[in-house]
Amino acid sequence: MPAVTQTREAVEKLGQSTYKWGFETDIEMDMAPKGLNEDIIRLISSRKEEPEWMLEWRLAAYKTWQAMEEPKWAKVAFPPIDYQDAHYYAAPRKKPGPKSLDEVDPELLRTYEKLGIPLHEQALLAGVEVPEGERMPVAVDAVFDSVSVATTFRKTLEEAGVIFCPISEAVKEHPDLVRKYLGTVVPAGDNFFSALNSAVFTDGSFVYVPKGVRCPMELSTYFRINAKNTGQFERTLIVVEEGASVSYLEGCTAPMRDENQLHAAVVELVAMDDASIKYSTVQNWYPGDENGRGGIYNFVTKRGACRGARSKISWTQVETGSAITWKYPSCILQGEGSVGEFYSVAVTNNHQQADTGTKMIHLGRNTRSTIIAKTISAGRSDSTYRGLVRVQPKASGARNFTQCDSLLIGDQCGAHTVPYIESRNMNARIEHEATTSKISEDQLFYCRQRGLSEEDAVGLIVNGFCRDVLKELPMEFAVEAQKLLQISLEGSVG
Amino acid sequence: MNALSKDMSGPLALFANRLNTLAGAERQSAAGALARTGLPDRKVEAWHYTTLRALGKQDYAAPPMQVEASTVRSLLDGVLQAHSAMAALPRVVFVNGRHAPAFSALPDDVDLSFFADDPQFGQQAAPDRDPLVALNTALAEDGLVLRVPAGVDAGHVMLISLGVAGADPLSFHPRHTVVVEKEAHLRLICVQAGQGAYFHNPVTDIQVEDGATLEHLTLQTEGAQAVSLGTLYAHVGQQSVYDSFVLGLGGQLVRHEVHARLAATRGVVHVNGAQRLAGQQVGDITSVITHAASDCTSRQTVRNVLDGHARGVFQGKVLVERIAQKTDGYQMNQALLLSPEAEIDAKPELEIYADDVRCSHGATVGALDDDQLFYLRSRGIPEQEARQMLIDAFLDEAIALVEDATAQTFCRAVMAARFAGKGESA
Repeated sequence: MPAVTQTREAVEKLGQSTYKWGFETDIEMDMAPKGLNEDIIRLISSRKEEPEWMLEWRLAAYKTWQAMEEPKWAKVAFPPIDYQDAHYYAAPRKKPGPKSLDEVDPELLRTYEKLGIPLHEQALLAGVEVPEGERMPVAVDAVFDSVSVATTFRKTLEEAGVIFCPISEAVKEHPDLVRKYLGTVVPAGDNFFSALNSAVFTDGSFVYVPKGVRCPMELSTYFRINAKNTGQFERTLIVVEEGASVSYLEGCTAPMRDENQLHAAVVELVAMDDASIKYSTVQNWYPGDENGRGGIYNFVTKRGACRGARSKISWTQVETGSAITWKYPSCILQGEGSVGEFYSVAVTNNHQQADTGTKMIHLGRNTRSTIIAKTISAGRSDSTYRGLVRVQPKASGARNFTQCDSLLIGDQCGAHTVPYIESRNMNARIEHEATTSKISEDQLFYCRQRGLSEEDAVGLIVNGFCRDVLKELPMEFAVEAQKLLQISLEGSVG
Repeated sequence: MNALSKDMSGPLALFANRLNTLAGAERQSAAGALARTGLPDRKVEAWHYTTLRALGKQDYAAPPMQVEASTVRSLLDGVLQAHSAMAALPRVVFVNGRHAPAFSALPDDVDLSFFADDPQFGQQAAPDRDPLVALNTALAEDGLVLRVPAGVDAGHVMLISLGVAGADPLSFHPRHTVVVEKEAHLRLICVQAGQGAYFHNPVTDIQVEDGATLEHLTLQTEGAQAVSLGTLYAHVGQQSVYDSFVLGLGGQLVRHEVHARLAATRGVVHVNGAQRLAGQQVGDITSVITHAASDCTSRQTVRNVLDGHARGVFQGKVLVERIAQKTDGYQMNQALLLSPEAEIDAKPELEIYADDVRCSHGATVGALDDDQLFYLRSRGIPEQEARQMLIDAFLDEAIALVEDATAQTFCRAVMAARFAGKGESA
């Protein structure tokens, strides 16, 4: 299908520019009282039936957090957050017994449907078998607010030796693994939000791929914020052993609402010798309305450690949602010859603010990193790329290439580029380039002349602008991402 | 004002004695601002890469009124003899921050006066925003006040600042003002040099009025123990040009901070520079170019060559305000690391609020190219010489941006005198 038709269809299909996924699911919630203190942390820990060491870890993180100050350096502005005015635990009330799919609340299944979880996964969630080998399966670990409700494809994964489960379950069933790696990439005291997360995280995914195993399917988690006033504090830990590999997809949508919601996730990746991790995100949380009311605060710490030689971690993200984004997926390139990649599209419209980028820390010899960041600002939004490339003295032969391009749509928005480049090794080579421009009149004219509406033309050009990043996404995600770009920019031209 | 002293901790304490005995509301208010903020540390974003540790622990005294003439003469000769044309140019010489008439050869076509005779702090440099400006405002002794009348081509003027100190540190805080009136033209060559442990803290207020042109070269050859932290504000009018270049060769810690503001349409700003540092030197080129009107152009090329344990810092921000449509901004920062211990920290920054703009920046960091070295070596050029050729060529591409031929030749002569046969290192 020609890209033009595809783009036009995507727009038609999506119809009006209101937030498509703005609905609320009415399920009884089990909620902790508002506020944050040691008792709440003990409550979370006991609800999750955690071992004593986990509770100790949380309490230590809470102590650290209390002594820390909220970071102010990002180019975002928002009213002060009252951390005591939120619920830190909310779980859908569940029936006792094993979490078989039959027992999943039908309301929940309808939620997945509206979320647009691909059909075959929905069928699986509904208990319908898919004929073997029909298409590459995707395993979903759906996070409904704070508790993972169902994990599919578990059997196939088990056969391969891959562990893919909610982290709360991993804490109980694989305590040695979790204890060994949790907090080793993002220590609890790394920053204000990681400390908060460490104290109160409720759920998230745990992935362990043993030595030599190529994970037989792409792993996927749909995050979803549902209950009013519940901050979401996911914790994801992915460990990939020597010679193993995994591709992990994270997609997010959230119901429309008028109150700001805090989201402070921590994602830790560990790659051993020759291991590879591909982590893809499509983030579409509620960005607030046209006047900047409501919307999610997304303060995320994502970091991958390339511990082994020749290991590789690749981050791909398409960020269209959230009122405020504060997110810097990073790679610590420790193993000799390890590789870090960061591909990002960040779109802001209306009153959204995004301060996002990456950090590539070169520690080992012959480490390489690539950064491709595309920023699109429209409406009255502000978007900042903030990235760090640091080469330490031992990283001889390190290589970095960075390209940051910004596109401005309209004269009320802002696009900013703030790279930090630090080299302490004479044998490292770093190249950085950045451009800022608007959609060229020539390109627009060319499209309009061939009968495209202005909005379609902009969509087409924007998709082309983001191509370098979109092509890094797994196929299903790429389609979804293209649609998201379209919706996000609706109403920004003409 | 004695109450202030208890607030002065860190490096600011080194100036406490002098800050506590100030006369005049403007100076006292600047000292008050300083007492509130202190001198910047690494937590201040604009000082993320440069610490003021080099200021040391000994109090900075006010410079003595008398300095031995022979010392000044030999420093001055060092500057002027680098290139034969320099001695003939009109010059204003400052020694330890005060005008030294005996060594000056004042220019004719310009209005010239001195800050000491009638202290005016100007509007651009704001003590409450920048602690180093506040320190200067509080302690400024003297400075050049130069005005080129409308329509006049004033040719060249040299502003030579010499620091002469012994082992006991002293500081001076000159306050210079340069106004190039409508349609006028000036080629300003500023040279900073000296010996001993001094702290040079100049603030320069530049105004390039409509249709005027200022070509401005700053050569930093401060003494080996010197700390030099200069702040420069340039206000660029309609269709006027501020074309600047800084050549940084040293001092212990040298920072050249430029704030250029394109205040009216079709202005042009060049903030170019090159640094070549070795030993334990730290050199910092920081700039903020603000496009506050439409159809303006800014260009920035900065090259660093770092040897030994030297550390180079480049921070360049291009700020395009909402009104500044049709902005054309370009920034390039490149660094060459010659030794395993050398370090470069770069932060090229774009902050853009207008949509119809073309702005780009690039940055590269690397070592001498082995292929290029091999090419030269295979043609029989000894390694040392080959390295020197490549380093020279790398810096010369930046120096070639100096449009004024005299200033350009001067730069090359200074480089040649300083670095002849110094392509060594690991």
